[in-house]
Amino acid sequence: MSPWLLILIFVVSTLVGYKLIGNVPSLLHTPLMSGMNALSGITIIGALAITGAAVALGSKVLGVIAIVLAMLNVAGGFGVTHRMLRMFDRGRSETND
Amino acid sequence: MTDLTYYLVSGVLIIGVLAGIAFQSKVKTAVRGNQLAALSVAVAIVVTLMRYELLDNLLLWVTMALTLVLGLILASQVKMIQMPQIVAMLNGFGGAASAIVGALVIATAADIFVSVTAVLAIAVGLATLSGSLIAAGKLHHLLPQRGITLPAHQLLTGLWLLLVVAGVVVVGFAAGMILFLASVVAAVAATLFGLFLAIRVGGADMPITIALLNSLSGVAGAIAGMAIADPFLVAVGGVVGSAGLILTQVMCRAMNRSLVDILLGKTSVGNKKPANMIRVENIRADSVAQILASKPSESISEQAKSTDTDVVKNTEIVSTYEGAAALLQTAKKIMIVPGYGMALSQAQAEVKQLSDRLTDQGSGVKFAIHPVAGRMPGHMNVLLAEVDVDYEDLLEMDEANQEFATTDVVLIVGANDVVNPAANTATDTPIYGMPILKANEATNIIICNFDREPGYAGVPNSLYSQGNVMMLLGDAKETLNELLKLLV
Repeated sequence: MSPWLLILIFVVSTLVGYKLIGNVPSLLHTPLMSGMNALSGITIIGALAITGAAVALGSKVLGVIAIVLAMLNVAGGFGVTHRMLRMFDRGRSETND
Repeated sequence: MTDLTYYLVSGVLIIGVLAGIAFQSKVKTAVRGNQLAALSVAVAIVVTLMRYELLDNLLLWVTMALTLVLGLILASQVKMIQMPQIVAMLNGFGGAASAIVGALVIATAADIFVSVTAVLAIAVGLATLSGSLIAAGKLHHLLPQRGITLPAHQLLTGLWLLLVVAGVVVVGFAAGMILFLASVVAAVAATLFGLFLAIRVGGADMPITIALLNSLSGVAGAIAGMAIADPFLVAVGGVVGSAGLILTQVMCRAMNRSLVDILLGKTSVGNKKPANMIRVENIRADSVAQILASKPSESISEQAKSTDTDVVKNTEIVSTYEGAAALLQTAKKIMIVPGYGMALSQAQAEVKQLSDRLTDQGSGVKFAIHPVAGRMPGHMNVLLAEVDVDYEDLLEMDEANQEFATTDVVLIVGANDVVNPAANTATDTPIYGMPILKANEATNIIICNFDREPGYAGVPNSLYSQGNVMMLLGDAKETLNELLKLLV
C-alpha cells in the first residue's frame, strides 16, 4: 500500500474520529478515554505479523513481549471500560424501575 | 488472503470501530458500543493471523490466551478508585508494544518511508511508555504529587526533542551501523522526553497529561501501522489520537490554560512563593493518605475536633455539624459539588447516602460536576456512578451554573479551586479566567474540606470568608458520617 494512501487514511480517520468523539458527553469521558486506550492496543496486529515472520530468537522474544503488552492493553482496557459503562447504565435502570 | 480482500475487511472493521464509538455517546448504548469495538479488534486479530498464514502458530495463540486472561482478571479486580493509574499504565503498555513493532521493522526496512515511520513508532511509543509510567506512579502515590522540576528542565526537554528529530532524520538517510546508532539515540532521547514531560506536571493537571498520553499512544499505533503498511492499524491509531486530542482540548478549555503552559510547568503553581505552595499541596495529600491508612476513626475525629475549633476562631460563624444538619433539613433545593477530596477520602458512598436521605425528606438533590474535578476526565462521574447515583442528576458546569442562584444549600465535598470565586477576580493568579462552579451564588454553603489551605493552585479560596459559609473541616468521609447521624 502506497505511503501517500496510508497518510491519507490517517488524516481521514483522524477527522472522522474527531467528529464522532466530539459528540460524547463529558459524563462518559472516563470510559471514553479508557475505551480509546484499549483501542490503542490494536498495535497487537502489527506485533502478531512481525512475530510470526520473525526467525531470530531475539526478534521472537521481543515480538512476544509486544504481544503480551498489547494484549494486556486491549483486554484490560476493554474490561475496565465495560465495568465502568455498566455502572452508569445500572444506576439509571434502578432508579427507573 | 489477497491484499485487496484484507483492505475490504479492514474497511468493514474500521466502520465497526467507528460505530462502536458513535454508540458510546449515549449511556444506553455505550456498553454495546464498547463491545462492538472489542469485537472489531478480536476479528482484526483473527484476520491478521489468516493474512500472514499464522493460524497454526501455537506460540502466538498461547501468548494471547494467557495475556487475555491476565488482562481480564486485572480489569475485574481493579478498584474504581485506582482507575486513573490503571488507565495510565495500560496506555504505556500500548505505547511500548508500538515501539517494539517499530524496532522489529526497522531492522529489515526496505525503503525510507518504512525506516522513518519505524523509528518514529519507536520514539513516540517509548515517550508514551515513560510518560505514562511516571503519570501512573504519581497517581498511585509512588511518586510525589507535585510537579518536579529537574535542573535545566526546559533546556534538557528541548534537547531530547531535538535529538529525537535528529535521530529520525539521520535514519532517513543512513544505513547499517549509523542507522542503528541513530535509532538508539532517538529511542533514548524519546524516553527521556516522555519522562521530563510527565514529571513536571503536578496533581491537578493530571487529567490533561493523561488525555495527551492517550492521544500519543494512538499516534504511536498509527505510525507503527504505516511502517508495516496496515490500513486498519493506521485508521484506528488515528481515531485514538484525535480522541485524546479532543479530551486534552476540553480539559485545557475548562481550566482556561494553554497546553504549552501546562507542559512547561507554568501551571498550577503561582509565580509568587512557589516553594511554599508546593509544600502545602504535598502535606495535604500526604497527611490525608496517612490518616486514611492508619487507624482511621481515632486520628480523624481528633483532627476534626481540633480543626473545628480553628474554624470558630478564624471566622465569625460557628460551624457545627448540628447547624449544618439543620440547614440541610430545611433546604428544598440542594446541590452537591464533589472534588478530588471526595476521591481521596473515598467518601462517594457517604455522599450517595446523604443524597438519598435528603431526597427522602423531600429535597431536590443534584450534583454539579466541574470538567477538571479529580485526576482524569470524567473522574467524578465514574465515582458517583459506582455508588449508583443516577447520571441524570449529574449536571455539567453550564447547566449547574444556571441553578446555583436559586439553590438553598450547596454542599461542597472536597472541592476547592473549581469553586474559588478568586478565579474571576484575582488577575495575577494561575486560576484567573478558569470557569468555576458558581457555588458562591447559593443562599447557603456548607464546605466539607480537609482544611482551610488553598487548593492545588495555591490561591486562597475567597469563598471560605463569605458570610453564608459553614466550614466542616476534616476527612470528608468522617464529616459526612457525622451529618448522616444527625439526619435521621
